[in-house]
Amino acid sequence: MGQERLASARVLVIGAGGLGSPALQYLAAAGVGRIGIVDDDAVDDTNLQRQTIFSTGDLGRNKAEVAVERLRGLNPLVAYDPIALRFAADNARELVRLYDLALDCTDRFSTRYLINDACVLEGRADVYGSIFRFDGQVSVFGAAGGPCYRCLYPEAPPPESTPTCAEGGVLGALAGIVGAWQASEALKVLLGIGDPLIGRLALVDSLLARVREVRFERDRDCALCGDHAAIVSIEREAYEGTPPATGVPELDAERLDDALREAILLDVREPHEAVLGSIDGALRIPASQLEARMSELDSAARYVVACRVGAKSLWAVRRLREAGFTRLTHLRGGLLAYAARHAEFEFF
Amino acid sequence: MKATINGRAHELPGELTVAALLELLGSPTSGVAVARNDRVVRHSEYSSDVVREGDRLEIIQAVAGG
Repeated sequence: MGQERLASARVLVIGAGGLGSPALQYLAAAGVGRIGIVDDDAVDDTNLQRQTIFSTGDLGRNKAEVAVERLRGLNPLVAYDPIALRFAADNARELVRLYDLALDCTDRFSTRYLINDACVLEGRADVYGSIFRFDGQVSVFGAAGGPCYRCLYPEAPPPESTPTCAEGGVLGALAGIVGAWQASEALKVLLGIGDPLIGRLALVDSLLARVREVRFERDRDCALCGDHAAIVSIEREAYEGTPPATGVPELDAERLDDALREAILLDVREPHEAVLGSIDGALRIPASQLEARMSELDSAARYVVACRVGAKSLWAVRRLREAGFTRLTHLRGGLLAYAARHAEFEFF
Repeated sequence: MKATINGRAHELPGELTVAALLELLGSPTSGVAVARNDRVVRHSEYSSDVVREGDRLEIIQAVAGG
């Protein structure tokens, strides 16, 4: 009975990374009928520490496509939809609607809000997992009558306080624990068995080897699922990665070399991130020391401010502007975007 | 007044709202969930929900990694 029910179920896994790897393997092995995999990213060697569905031979290939190849070997009876696109405002509702539930295995806040909102608007459950360093969180949002992500966290934290896994690091095995837990919750919801994590947030502390749980309810003031919801459709502007970068001029990575003829590169990466390599002539002031070392900067000079992926540098630009610096440009996508175009610039 | 915050005993100046507690701890209110005795306090109730003697508080940071 259960097996037949699974064979007619359709699951959308958004993000084939650290959480997606284990979740996909267990969902495919369990015999879910159709699995959609959304990821526009390519396999990078820094991923292999936690994204165990990939191998060294896959570097540079699209993650959704490689994942489907692996899963076909594991269970050829499943229908797989590799979707090599970014999950975005213009496709979110359509994609979610095609499946019975979604797993949020992504790595940024804006996409997490987008998944939650699309799921609630389409009446699908959002099986949520997230990890950072040694801590993980699991819950099920958007189930009938249950609360959503916005009931728990109405707003994302400020961007400068939110390093990604690539920046802050994560225990690889924790991704396995949380991703497998998401698969387990998804299977329970599909089969209607047990007591899924609806209105409950599981907090995994891998250092203390402890799991705690807190309960939360639908918030009648929730902007999405509350009594007077303000969000009734998906509007692209609401999901831009970082909130209003009001008037900060941005520089595309491919124009960096030209720009540096007239400007100085201010590299605000923390020392542990600088393994990536550096650019000759750059001024290195980690974001955490910016306040203390601002006197080393010349307010008449032009600076291109850069970090690893572009979040901390945006913060640094804002802070420098407050301090009276005006000739600032922000490197979009950070030095990773630059490195992607320069083979001599080594990835760690 | 004694209360437990994230598993550790703390001495607080007296009964205070969740909003005042976050301010006292220098914590932002966005990207955070506060559970009092294992129940998450709705954000709309941060200025009215009061922390009392012996309460167990969890200040949970939203994380986005995956």
